Amino acid sequence: MTDANPDPGPTSPGFWRTDRISGAVLLGLAVAIAWETRVLPLGTFGHPGPGAMPMALAFLLGLCATMVIVGGGDAPPLRAIRWQEGGHAAGILGSAAFAALALETLGYRLTILAILVFLLGVMERRSPVAVALASFGISFGTYFVFADLLKVVLPTGPWGL
Amino acid sequence: MIETFQNLFLGFSIALQPGVLLYAVVGCVVGTLVGMMPGLGPLAGISLLLPITFGLNPTVAIVLLAGIYYGAMYGGSTTSILMRLPGEAASVMTCIDGYAMTKKGRGGAALAIAAIGSFVGGTLSLVALMLIAPPLADFALRFGPPEYTALLMLGLLVLAYMSGGSMAKTLAMATLGLLLGTVGIDTMTGFLRFQYGIIDLGDGLGVVPVVVGLFGISEILLTMGGASTATVRKPTLAEMLPTRTEMRESVGPIGRGSVLGFIIGIIPGSAHIVSSFASYAIERRVAKRPEEFGQGAVAGVAGPETANNSAACGAFVPMLALGVPSGPIPAVMLAALMVHGVSPGPLLIEQQPGLFWGFIASMYVGNVVLLILNLPLIGVFLWLLRIPFPYLYPLILVFCLLGVYAVNQSVVDVWIMVAVRGCRGHRDAESGAADLPPARLAPSHGVGDEQRRLGRPMRPFGPVRISFPRTGPLFLP
Repeated sequence: MTDANPDPGPTSPGFWRTDRISGAVLLGLAVAIAWETRVLPLGTFGHPGPGAMPMALAFLLGLCATMVIVGGGDAPPLRAIRWQEGGHAAGILGSAAFAALALETLGYRLTILAILVFLLGVMERRSPVAVALASFGISFGTYFVFADLLKVVLPTGPWGL
Repeated sequence: MIETFQNLFLGFSIALQPGVLLYAVVGCVVGTLVGMMPGLGPLAGISLLLPITFGLNPTVAIVLLAGIYYGAMYGGSTTSILMRLPGEAASVMTCIDGYAMTKKGRGGAALAIAAIGSFVGGTLSLVALMLIAPPLADFALRFGPPEYTALLMLGLLVLAYMSGGSMAKTLAMATLGLLLGTVGIDTMTGFLRFQYGIIDLGDGLGVVPVVVGLFGISEILLTMGGASTATVRKPTLAEMLPTRTEMRESVGPIGRGSVLGFIIGIIPGSAHIVSSFASYAIERRVAKRPEEFGQGAVAGVAGPETANNSAACGAFVPMLALGVPSGPIPAVMLAALMVHGVSPGPLLIEQQPGLFWGFIASMYVGNVVLLILNLPLIGVFLWLLRIPFPYLYPLILVFCLLGVYAVNQSVVDVWIMVAVRGCRGHRDAESGAADLPPARLAPSHGVGDEQRRLGRPMRPFGPVRISFPRTGPLFLP
């Protein structure tokens, strides 16, 4: 019987290993930054303009990225990475993105309430009573501590919530 | 010397005011809790709790944040010793012999030795900070832009060298951090760089959203896989008294750890982590019976715990005297001070002696508070470890969002946090290893951002001429 999910070690063949992919992304970023910098005056060596520093750093980043690609032969292949917590990561990042979209329209308390109901109720499948208690407690409790007691400015939404 | 003591007296007159003292105690307690919770290190803790300081005056704010920092250093040791679960990275070495002592029934004594070592290391390091920072700041007043840029570049190179691992990856991250620091208005020319019509980006990418994106949310994901509610055996107060032999065995490691930690603290890098590893290695080398290491050697607890607290104080020397962060935690502290309108650097001690000396004095007070709090209240702190992680991580996420938004009341900062976390990817969270070390990005971004604001770094080449080194401010008679 063959192993359905063999562990691909560093000796498995293939050019695109984790470090090389990271290096390639950084190299692409360096090229993109250098391209974007073209609209800024570079100035002269004695009197550098606003584009000089980003251009110099983009060059250095490109150089380091190339070194990462060249030296990345011993890194594990991409498929060796496990993705067990991918669902949680997507949920957490999605919640943070939702907060960025909703914070100034729904207000702090409703946004946090919605996020907590999603994370505790949908992702963690906790009991409805526990979800309700934790969500209301945390969203309204943190607002009370930070906005009312510590005077941190937090956004309010409909009905002053 | 007399002037130093007069200044220290001024500091204590500020630190012992009830309001300041209260926040020092709150910082120490919160820091201890942060240090004990696996998945929340001092860096994430300080970043997340930054909004708490917004309504406070700068002195109280820095006292609170510093309390969180060294409180976390103390707190990390508790879970390491009792549960073999390092609350933060600097406590990893304490796990080995601390937990072995717990298995032998000497867990209470290990906690006491860790607390005493942390107290002595922190206090000795403070004396050194108090004596070194003012003359260093006086000297740095003669620095001009070229000297500063050279110093910063040296700091980043040392950081890359000291970090271990691949130099190319570390330098790539440091460069990327500097590049992120160039976003926003160039104060020398007024040009907007990489702004793309987003007004909030005109002021640059804030240090807090970048750091929370890199560490705050990542810590949740890193912890998620192995999180479980722990069973802990609470030591009684009587068990916490070390024997005379244990005390004698810990004197040498505490002394060496204090000196080593302070020296490593000044050098750029993740000082508190490096110092505990270095201290453990040295103690093992100088030990008469090295075979006891791993089996519950007192020196294996006393040395690393002393060194990481000493390093935590040492890291404040370049931050306060030169305005140069020596690692990610000082970078966030630097950003916190700037949020409060304070620019750390050579002029800080001269222009705001109350803040500087109040901060120093509060650290003395904080060390005493931690020594008093940690041992009797250990049962209370351990209660926190019983909160199930499915309830804990949404709370941490709420603090991430709150902390990032509240700095500038800007959702753009929340997007930056999401983008930074997204770009970092899921890879290191899953593999448990930072392949492209994000800890190198944070300080260089802090440096880049601060220098862009001050208009210093974007002139790294200075007025280039052959005689440049002799005509800079430092070299003029």
